[in-house]
Amino acid sequence: MHEGLDQWSFVIAAYTLGIAGTLLLTGWSWISMRRAERRRDEVKRR
Amino acid sequence: MHGFANPRRFLSLAAWLTPALLVSGLLLTAGALAWGLLAVPPDRLMGETVRILFIHVPSAWLGMGGWTAIALSSMAFLVWKHPLAAIAARAAAVPGMAFTAICLASGSIWGRPAWGAWWVWDGRLTSMLVLLFLYAGYVALAQAVERDGGSPRIPAIFGLVGAVNIPIINRSVVWWNSLHQPPSITMGKSAIDAEFLVPLLLAVLGFSLLFGGIMLARMRALIAEMQHESRLRRKAQEAGDA
Repeated sequence: MHEGLDQWSFVIAAYTLGIAGTLLLTGWSWISMRRAERRRDEVKRR
Repeated sequence: MHGFANPRRFLSLAAWLTPALLVSGLLLTAGALAWGLLAVPPDRLMGETVRILFIHVPSAWLGMGGWTAIALSSMAFLVWKHPLAAIAARAAAVPGMAFTAICLASGSIWGRPAWGAWWVWDGRLTSMLVLLFLYAGYVALAQAVERDGGSPRIPAIFGLVGAVNIPIINRSVVWWNSLHQPPSITMGKSAIDAEFLVPLLLAVLGFSLLFGGIMLARMRALIAEMQHESRLRRKAQEAGDA
């Protein structure tokens, strides 16, 4: 370990990045899927 | 396998499998990360930063797994010409690219306290960066082909050729001198203590379930967009004929 850095700040940074990235990706995939399926069904109903 | 290539059968299967994979993946990942963050003891050499393992290793696994999915689906598309295989390849690209970026960023954060450097140009890090660029190229190529009406064989061939990088990433720490540690888990053997190995395997499983759910959601979105466009075209044609 180098320079007596605060190890927890690196751990928290990595977890924040990993969790936020995964949640954003999951939410974006789900919302874009629902939106695309709704658009398709609206055209089908018309 | 060919039975699931029927879009109607695929959509009825994906309707319940997508939320099932997403919910189980989120729960398992949350449990494994909480275990890794709060219950695992600090490592003798790496101290508290060993906890980054539970984010870094699953994202590296999925970064490489995503391209493997692209390569296998591309091969299936080129051999059987089934459009669902091309859709599966496209669906794996954005999640694979996101997890590759998370792997590189979390590795960089880990590198600073462990090696004293945010980045080193060694075989493992460089080949992983090449993978990120390959993903970006694949996404741009697939979008251009869709927009300009090009042949879907072009991104499929790119997906197959890019797979050359996967064994290079895997063997990079063996072939070249590297600050990165050699493989800790090989076929049937592990150099990792069970205290770290069990939550790590749970995190890998949780993230993999999540990746499966995200990929199915992307496939459903791409299929719905295609059906939407073909219905609009058909309606416009009917209106023109009338």
